[in-house]
Amino acid sequence: MRSKLLLVGRLVTRDIRRRPAQAALLLLAIAAASATLTMSLVVHGVTSNPYAQTSAATRGPDIIAQLGGGPTFNNGSGTHSGTPPGGPASALTSGPHGPGPAATSKQVAAQASALIHARGVTAHSGPFLVAGALLRVRNLAVGVQLQGRGQAPAAVDQPKLTAGSWVRPGGVVLERSFASALGVGVGDRITLNGKPYTVAGTAVTAASTPYPNLCFTGGCQGALPPYNGIIEGHGNGLGWVTQPDARVLAAADGAPPSYVLNLKLADPASANAFATAYDHAHQGIGSASLMSWQTVAAGDALLVIDEQQVLSVGAWLLGLLAVASVAVLVGGRMAQRTRQVGLLKAVGATPALVSAVLLAENLALAVAAAAAGLVAGTLAAPLITSPGAGLIGTAGGPSLTLPVAAEVAGLALAVALVATLVPAIRAARTSTIGALADAARSPHRGTGLIRISARLPVPLLLGLRLVARRPRRAVLGAASVAVTVMGIVAVLAFHYMGDQQRFGNAAGLGDPVISRDEQMLLVITIALVALAALNAIFTAWATVLDARHATALTRALGASPRQVSAGLAAAQVVPALPGVIIGIPLGIGLFLAANGDPMASAPPAGWIAVAALGTLVVVAGLTTIPARLGVRKSPSEALGQEA
Amino acid sequence: MNDTGSTSMVRARALRKEYGKEASLIRAVDDVDLDVARGETLAVMGPSGCGKSTLLHLLGGLDRASAGEIWLAGQRIDQMSERGLAALRRDSVGFVFQAFHLMDELTATENVELPLLLAGRSARVARRRATDLLEQVGLADRSRHLPSQLSGGQRQRVAIARALANEPLVVLADEPTGNLDSEATLEVLRLLDSLHQAGQTVVIVTHDSRIAATADRLISMRDGTFVDDTRLTGGTTGSLSALAGLEG
Repeated sequence: MRSKLLLVGRLVTRDIRRRPAQAALLLLAIAAASATLTMSLVVHGVTSNPYAQTSAATRGPDIIAQLGGGPTFNNGSGTHSGTPPGGPASALTSGPHGPGPAATSKQVAAQASALIHARGVTAHSGPFLVAGALLRVRNLAVGVQLQGRGQAPAAVDQPKLTAGSWVRPGGVVLERSFASALGVGVGDRITLNGKPYTVAGTAVTAASTPYPNLCFTGGCQGALPPYNGIIEGHGNGLGWVTQPDARVLAAADGAPPSYVLNLKLADPASANAFATAYDHAHQGIGSASLMSWQTVAAGDALLVIDEQQVLSVGAWLLGLLAVASVAVLVGGRMAQRTRQVGLLKAVGATPALVSAVLLAENLALAVAAAAAGLVAGTLAAPLITSPGAGLIGTAGGPSLTLPVAAEVAGLALAVALVATLVPAIRAARTSTIGALADAARSPHRGTGLIRISARLPVPLLLGLRLVARRPRRAVLGAASVAVTVMGIVAVLAFHYMGDQQRFGNAAGLGDPVISRDEQMLLVITIALVALAALNAIFTAWATVLDARHATALTRALGASPRQVSAGLAAAQVVPALPGVIIGIPLGIGLFLAANGDPMASAPPAGWIAVAALGTLVVVAGLTTIPARLGVRKSPSEALGQEA
Repeated sequence: MNDTGSTSMVRARALRKEYGKEASLIRAVDDVDLDVARGETLAVMGPSGCGKSTLLHLLGGLDRASAGEIWLAGQRIDQMSERGLAALRRDSVGFVFQAFHLMDELTATENVELPLLLAGRSARVARRRATDLLEQVGLADRSRHLPSQLSGGQRQRVAIARALANEPLVVLADEPTGNLDSEATLEVLRLLDSLHQAGQTVVIVTHDSRIAATADRLISMRDGTFVDDTRLTGGTTGSLSALAGLEG
């Protein structure tokens, strides 16, 4: 047993040394999939850090209560009501208790007092008046909820300034991610309900989920009907003004005043239970609406959760593509190792040992690729777990755990095993004499394709017959293109959705969550395209090597080098065509599944057509290089080598 | 460039093919002059490695000469582009190889059709011509067989049918019986003889003196040069049945 292991080890290392480029490509393909999966797995739970840091820096509340009329939120029920900024109430959706009669100021005061003195409450700030306003800057118009604040720091929820200074008369402080989406900074001029204001500062808070998820569930999602000719998108922004400014803005709004009360609990972990108990006890119209800090923290995590979903899908796509890459590479290598198989069998190696030798090399490379992917993924994860502009602090180091390592190694080994098992068993079963003679594996005879090709121009005739010779390779090529097109179409769909959801015109307000999703998907698609490009080149080169005799003979019979190289390129483009056709609906399906919105619209047909044609052109271009190299030798030389 | 005055089907002047450089320079074909008349069957003999296959490849445009001139039917071919050479091989030359070189995945008919399709003939015309040729070589009943289902002699007969598909000016046969037993050799020789009788220009490279004896002319090669050029009577007037050892 030990001697056999030594033999296998020796053969594996020698073979890797002899063909380092092929080994490196195999490593790269599996490592890309492993790294993506690693990133997807290690970002779990890393968002709790920034929320905790932000909460500590802002004296974050455990309970946020909204009192009175106007914009209200609901504790996790997914509904929201609000007054449209400067407009009719019909422009926003209804909340659990709205749009019924608002609470009177006496009732609000009583509610606030009851909450402040409730059991378990240790500190509070507010109630602060909340005014809804229409913020205009450049050609953008977006709703904003503005809290009236004093100059003295609040005992609970004192937003942490990240730039500029605190509120002053005529000076507004904007939540940082909202300011970032608007593209405004300290000193910029805006209007609130038509009145000019200056951006005095930007700040972060742990009392609300950052833009665009301020109304983080249900009601604020989705585009609203045009209001005063302005198309509003989902989500309002958050800001702070002085109390007199808030009063002026609220009075102009015309809606019943609403207030925010922030509470600290003796046991922060009981915040959810506190809010639920209050809801059960106060079902009446005009009751306060409570939200726990856990709900805010969950909303904060949306950014990274979305990324994690995108990465998870990307890891699967890259994994599939890696299988195709490895299968093509392994197929090519097996053809080159036929003689070695014959020699091993001639000196007494059993088919099982031969299979073990052939499998061991790729499994060893898969283990190395998994290790490389784990390291790369762990190092790259912090880059994508940036908490966004709405929070401060860092996400902290994502931790690499044993289950994560096992899952990634499992993926890498599965990729290598799936791609290698069949060729290894087939090679082991080859007759010893045949393998010693290094006889090429007999080509497949695709009767239908051969018959059809007789009616086609010479390059297509040759291309189709090359496809018919190795149908498995053609299927792998088609699968590779399908996966790539699927990724490209999904990115286009996300991009299109991003464009659709911007406020106003093309220079409108972006959605940080969608932008991050798009960025992640773009990175994954670049990786997919790079792997697919390598795949196309491998496949073309494997076809060139495998068809040396056939192409040399075809040239001896009168085909020109251009016809032969065009035929070799056609042999890659022909399977790419069904790949593209299959990839388009798969990409749209992936987008709809990842987006979770069945009503989301697919990108325009023109975009998809350009992507599909572009893919075919790129495949043709990439395969032209190996195809041209393949006809460099004279037919005499090539036939002589094969004879 | 055309040489319409010449009666030669194949003509070569100062033909040379070199491999390697300086000390390792090998002249596979060394300053050879050759004329093959229309309808003539020329046999080229010599030991292994003497350059006879290389000569055949040069004459058929399968390889490029290092120096010298080659003319086929009055047309100079040594300066042709790759595309021009491809057209020449397709339309004017028919090759028969020792190793048959049939496409494993194609049936006998499909193998014969291949040069016709490459020449742009319609699928129907190609099929009809291939069927006729296979009938001529006695393989009508094997037309749907794959090469692996045919004997060596049958494979070579398919290869000969393929070589004749586009009615070439010259058939170049490289050891056509080198891989065959006596019976199969006789089958192939009969076919070559019928070509000869039909006035087809044929150049055969062979080791076998019995095959050479069927030719009009025999050239002996050694170290890339011609050492003997003999006109034979057996080729034009003799009969294959006279070949000792080939018929029972």
